[in-house]
Amino acid sequence: MPAQTPSQTVGPFFSHALTPGQSGYRAVVGNQLADEKTAGTAIRIEGRVADGAGAPVPDAMIEIWQADHRGRYPDGSEGFLGFGRASTDTEGAYWFRTVKPGTPTAAAAPHISVAIFARGMLNHLFTRIYFADETAANAADPLLSSLERDRRATLVASPINGRAIVTYEFSIRLQGERETVFLDG
Amino acid sequence: MTSNRKLSPRDWPSHPSQSDASYKSTLLRAHQRPLVPLEQSLSELTAPVFGHDAVSALDNDLTRNATQDGEPIGERIIVAGRILDESGSPVQGALVEIWQANAAGRYTHLSDEHDAPLDPNFLGAGRTLTDADGSYRFTTIRPGAYPWRNHSNAWRPAHIHFSVFGSAFVQRLVTQMYFPEDPLLRFDPIFESVRDPVARNRLVSRFSMGLTEPERALGFAFDIVLRGPQATPMER
Repeated sequence: MPAQTPSQTVGPFFSHALTPGQSGYRAVVGNQLADEKTAGTAIRIEGRVADGAGAPVPDAMIEIWQADHRGRYPDGSEGFLGFGRASTDTEGAYWFRTVKPGTPTAAAAPHISVAIFARGMLNHLFTRIYFADETAANAADPLLSSLERDRRATLVASPINGRAIVTYEFSIRLQGERETVFLDG
Repeated sequence: MTSNRKLSPRDWPSHPSQSDASYKSTLLRAHQRPLVPLEQSLSELTAPVFGHDAVSALDNDLTRNATQDGEPIGERIIVAGRILDESGSPVQGALVEIWQANAAGRYTHLSDEHDAPLDPNFLGAGRTLTDADGSYRFTTIRPGAYPWRNHSNAWRPAHIHFSVFGSAFVQRLVTQMYFPEDPLLRFDPIFESVRDPVARNRLVSRFSMGLTEPERALGFAFDIVLRGPQATPMER
């Protein structure tokens, strides 16, 4: 049986290939998964990626994968791809425009899967974005409810008031105090 | 297309450790808390499906996909192989993206400050979708080695970055392909971060006379293996 190919870091110089839309080249995908025609509640997710010293990580790539507004994972047959990519800017900031996912199974609260890549990360890491305004669903979610309160908070995006579209803040701390919960699924 | 069958775990002994003192950038970026085990659900076992409109005709030919007034400088090569899972099954329709330095060891990236020339006819980025048998093929220029600031007189061995999707989000893999018998490999903390020498050698491509095109380009074979279906107790 063949064995897994080892991971290696994405390095610092991926953007001309993986997030080229941000420098004017044609991209397979970008950070806008949805527009005004996409069914569901339009949302924006924004945040920063910080290292163990609290400094911005200006060369990370964030990927997201999510169900549509009905909770169905896209199979390529409809317009919504369910997948997006963003690279962080000099402040470590990134954002996505998408729709709020529905509930994929009765057991889980609405969430978005996240993969994080960066120079200095020899393996990419997975995490999840949950939504603070889904109090009841979050309380019943098997992953969230298995975590201590402080740890759980790192997975829950908080609404930012006063924006034209519903906006959530989800920041990622790679290391140290308030380190984001990273998942091994 | 997706069976949603549960997948084997990430084979951690085959992968680098996240924290590696000889690779300085890991020091503030490696997680310190253990990863939290996650029961695989549809979120993990599905993945984006990229249609054929995701790639255009020249996307897998880096010697032609960004030319302005001529051909890129350097040694033309073919890099080809298959994307498989651990059961040996081909991963079909997988998006494979590559990126690399040019022949002089310089990336088309604003932050690359290496004092080596850019090539106006070479972007160094390509993409393709695998065929039904999991195969992919790129034509490109052999990348140059380049210095970096990890330690004194540090040089990255020539490499091509690969990004691969499977049919499950947790099969995602980003890695680097190296060239056979490169004397810089044993000095490179990123290559050496894979501690198991057998696993590490899976990152080194193989020269292939079969892939070599007469009068045109040398060929290098590189297969990539992603997580596969979880073995049942019987299979173990």
